[in-house]
Amino acid sequence: MEKFTKLTTTAVPLPIENIDTDQIIPARFLKATDKKGFGDNVFRDWRFEKDGSLNADFPINQPQYAGAKILVAGDNFGCGSSREHAAWAIVGYGFKVVISSFFADIFKGNALNNGLLPIQVSPEFLTQLMTGIQENPELPITIDLENQVVKTAFAKAEFEIDPYKKVCMINGYDDIDFLLSKKTEIEAFENNRTLFV
Amino acid sequence: MVGKTLFDKVWDAHVVDTIENGPQILYIDKHLIHEVTSPQAFNELEERGIPVARPDQIVATADHNTPTENQHLPIKDALSRNQLDQLTKNCEKHGITLYALGHKYNGIVHVMAPELGITQPGMTMVCGDSHTSTHGAFGAIAFGIGTSQVGQVFASQSLLLNKPKSLRVNVNGKLAPNVLPKDVILYIISKLGTNAGTGYFCEYAGNVFEEMSMEGRMTVCNMSIEMGARGGMIAPDQTTFDYVEGRKFAPQGDAFAKAVSYWKTLPTDEDAAFDKEYHIDAADIAPMLTYGTNPGMGIKINGNIPEKGDMTFDKALEYMNFKQGSQLLDTAINYVFIGSCTNSRIEDFRIAADYVRGKSKAANVNAWLVPGSQQVAKQLEEEGLKEVFEEAGFVLRQPGCSACLAMNDDKIPAGEYCVSTSNRNFEGRQGQGARTILASPLVAAATAIAGKIVDITKEAVA
Repeated sequence: MEKFTKLTTTAVPLPIENIDTDQIIPARFLKATDKKGFGDNVFRDWRFEKDGSLNADFPINQPQYAGAKILVAGDNFGCGSSREHAAWAIVGYGFKVVISSFFADIFKGNALNNGLLPIQVSPEFLTQLMTGIQENPELPITIDLENQVVKTAFAKAEFEIDPYKKVCMINGYDDIDFLLSKKTEIEAFENNRTLFV
Repeated sequence: MVGKTLFDKVWDAHVVDTIENGPQILYIDKHLIHEVTSPQAFNELEERGIPVARPDQIVATADHNTPTENQHLPIKDALSRNQLDQLTKNCEKHGITLYALGHKYNGIVHVMAPELGITQPGMTMVCGDSHTSTHGAFGAIAFGIGTSQVGQVFASQSLLLNKPKSLRVNVNGKLAPNVLPKDVILYIISKLGTNAGTGYFCEYAGNVFEEMSMEGRMTVCNMSIEMGARGGMIAPDQTTFDYVEGRKFAPQGDAFAKAVSYWKTLPTDEDAAFDKEYHIDAADIAPMLTYGTNPGMGIKINGNIPEKGDMTFDKALEYMNFKQGSQLLDTAINYVFIGSCTNSRIEDFRIAADYVRGKSKAANVNAWLVPGSQQVAKQLEEEGLKEVFEEAGFVLRQPGCSACLAMNDDKIPAGEYCVSTSNRNFEGRQGQGARTILASPLVAAATAIAGKIVDITKEAVA
């Protein structure tokens, strides 16, 4: 997993609530057996018209937001299906951070397991940020994971992250390494239990 | 001492270790896998040279991306065929039991596992599918995970998790006629919203759930994720024990009696406290329909679409081509789908068949029935229900997830409404541009017969 410490970049506004993982990556693109290429189809049915041409009105397609590495989205982002393909698609497209006022549980975990930082902010800060980037698409936003701060020239907010996950993100560790280091404890648990198996 | 909840009891019995300032290591009893969310996890292990720790605690099925016609023939779509071949190869290589396409136990993972007795009270169960919450109907902790976590369970039979908060939804009283478990859960979600349960594990309590069959309880727990809850649980009782007893993988003889005495200790203690609690009067619940693009956008079948007016709400109504304040009754419907891990069990088809018997579907309707498993398909034949449906003009397909997520060819055309017994009405969920209206199997059956949405509250009791 890629390490994440500090990032200053621009952001794309997506002021829609309850964006579900079916919108992030529709089911018909889940047939691959590797993690490659999902970025090409992120938000597929919103980004493209029915005839396959780009939807020029969709913020991600607008030239003023090209190269942005932060996605700023409405409340309850990532609800629905557990498909990790949604996180792969967002990362694959080039985003490093998603900011919202609320995240669905499974998506949040999937994001953290792929080096994509989900940042939950207050609804007020989200509105302020959304307006800020709509008015000035070149607005630089700094994410400082070490100090758990997101800031722009006009606003600043602290955010929460699980301390264990923070260490993983900063160092690029994943849970498999950690769980394998606990093999003895897991086996002792199995040997001591009287239920099932 | 403060009492414990059902969830606390099962969770605490599975904690291997607690990390200071961090998550807990939770031991997983059963891991269910399918073709769509497992291949990348197998690849990851392979690349890192890590073996599968406990293959005997994993069960695989093919369901999400399988055809529902001509399952005996090679799969036409190359990508789908490859995904299923990968599952077969991975299971063979690691010694994992697979109920492949065509196997007598094949079916939707959340239908197949309970009917084989794999799902049992007090267990921890995971699957790379958000509707794993279904198994909570047995008093198990069951939840959906991402593919990275599928890999973690492969490697260690454990997961790193923070203990969720607790939520209880109590529904007491008498349900009105023609109100089914699907209506109960759609009503709960419409009242609480799509994120009320995020960060929580939900317990459903009250006489309404106590009086429900296991099939009904599974329908309810299945949709817990649609209000954001990772899982939903119902206390195990005699209904649960009777369902589990005698099934293929259930404990037998003395072992079963021993298990039951343990299972009886699991229900929430009277003095246990929940972080959040809701009380609902059963009499307020009616047959439900959704009008929007998330499962929380539900109304009573004869109710009116609310008048709201924010961007997200307007976008949803525009997609559905409905108007604020209007009713859904009499809306012409050309597609009806009875299936999915929410409503494809034998009881769902019995209810639909009772309504359909002796009637014919409307000429404009394509009515698809997709049983949840081979065993359900077999029961449909044995009970003569297949005949009932076929005489009424319904098309009976082979088992799988089918038009619930439209990953295979079972897609609803753009712009068409589909009254569906599945769990999600997201934009494009049942096909690009398709418009999904979630409902119970009874409402779906009535729609197929009438060719439009009719007021089931005015009809004879199911």
